[in-house]
Amino acid sequence: MSGWMGALFLRELRLSLRVGGGALIGVLFFLAVITVIPFGVGPDLNLLALIGPAVLWIGALLATLLGLDRLFQADRDDGSLDLMLMSGRPLEVLVLVKCLAHWAGTGLPLVLAAPVLSIFLNLEPLAIGAVALTLLAGTPALTLIGAIGAALTVSLRRGGLLLAVLVVPFSIPVLIFGVSASGAAVTEPTPFMTPFLLLCALTLISAVVGPVAAAMALRFSSD
Amino acid sequence: MAILDLANPTRFLALSARLLPWLFAACVVAFAAGLYMTFFVAPDDYQQGATVKIMYLHVPAAWLAMMCYSVMAVSSLGTLIWKHPLADVSAKAAAPIGAAFTLISLITGSLWGKPMWGTYWVWDARLTSVLVLFIMYLGLIALWRTIEDPIRAGKAAAVLTLVGAINLPIIKFSVDWWNTLHQPASVIRMDGPTIHPTILWPLLVMALAFTLLFFVMHLMAMRNEILRRRLRTMQLQAASARVGVATSQAAE
Amino acid sequence: MTDLLALGPHAGFIVACYLVTLGVIGALFAWILADGARLRARLSAMEAQGVTRRSARARKSNAGEAGS
Repeated sequence: MSGWMGALFLRELRLSLRVGGGALIGVLFFLAVITVIPFGVGPDLNLLALIGPAVLWIGALLATLLGLDRLFQADRDDGSLDLMLMSGRPLEVLVLVKCLAHWAGTGLPLVLAAPVLSIFLNLEPLAIGAVALTLLAGTPALTLIGAIGAALTVSLRRGGLLLAVLVVPFSIPVLIFGVSASGAAVTEPTPFMTPFLLLCALTLISAVVGPVAAAMALRFSSD
Repeated sequence: MAILDLANPTRFLALSARLLPWLFAACVVAFAAGLYMTFFVAPDDYQQGATVKIMYLHVPAAWLAMMCYSVMAVSSLGTLIWKHPLADVSAKAAAPIGAAFTLISLITGSLWGKPMWGTYWVWDARLTSVLVLFIMYLGLIALWRTIEDPIRAGKAAAVLTLVGAINLPIIKFSVDWWNTLHQPASVIRMDGPTIHPTILWPLLVMALAFTLLFFVMHLMAMRNEILRRRLRTMQLQAASARVGVATSQAAE
Repeated sequence: MTDLLALGPHAGFIVACYLVTLGVIGALFAWILADGARLRARLSAMEAQGVTRRSARARKSNAGEAGS
């Protein structure tokens, strides 16, 4: 049972990290977004420290959205998606494993890069820790929700932009609770745990809704 | 039984053709009554003055924006679970209408906000949720327009609509939460138990008029959609017949 | 008109709201009507070319059998 899941996970991870996989371009894009922000709002370090967590979260959201079309597209192009559909394994679990591998290839590097990038934004150590922790808890939700959009647009030639438009409304709660939690860690009176636990709950909900809906969409797109 | 009867598009066309004039007449009557009550019966609010008349457009439009999404969600269940042949027609016809009412609700809301709050746009919880709903409507319409085959487009849109129906309460909750975090409730609240009957009745009549208008437009759009699919199958048939003739000629 | 209804200092906003609503609903209505008219015209053009739907052909052949 777990044998094929492990094999699939490793295959996806290897493919995304190899040449042509494009996983690490997401981190590069993240860096580019963070670099552009001070040119837009000015180099005032106090202001940057204030909006820093929000900027990091929006950068991570955009980087995740950009990488999502890789989730099923390459597998559809070379036909391995059809093999997966016909393999008789539960498609929902298969999609979940693919999402986790995709997150490990594209989302986890963003989480690891966030502390480094937050130095540019003049964040305090406590805020850096909070942003990294909330990103760790929240970015899987973005990938899992995004899987729905990726599955819906898999058969389209230029689905990337439409995918982003479809997914953005659903990512608003994640963004709200992620930014609030990382902001609450710095400002004293507001509690950190409430928004953080809600963020974790969102990730768990999307771990159910995302694979089920994406599997449904994949089945429909194949017949 | 009624639902099964309606499964036949031809029968649906006949039935809706008979129903539409009555619905339209009822809609006109309801609008006449509602507008009369709005302008000549309903009193001005002691705080907001005559601008309270905007409410009679804003609140019904917002109500319809939500009701239209519920219609689409039920239709999507019909597409995915019962495979009802008219369900995706209904969902596709409802989407532009829902987007239009959401747009009306947004514009009237911001025009109401200018005299009341002094600015056209406030990131108020309700306005923000309606804006998110508007984006979702536009995304659904875009999805329908990008997938060419109507059956596959209907199924994809049904999945997205249902995911949206699950997510909308979560989005609403998180936006409310975000709003109380950033600005403690200072906006005008007009919901609540103490709404006076002289305001409530015109509002209910206007809501009824808008609802009837929705059903008139929805039925008309559904009829259009059925015709569009007929035209498509006929065009495909004609094209394949032409190809068939060409290949048989080539064989000779 | 506005004097008669006495819409107060913000009459412009109220009138604008009603005009916008009328405009959006009118545009949607006009689009639905125009779409329907266009579809009907193209359908009848197809039928004039002799293209029929499967169900219509079946009905015709049934009638032919009954006649013969």
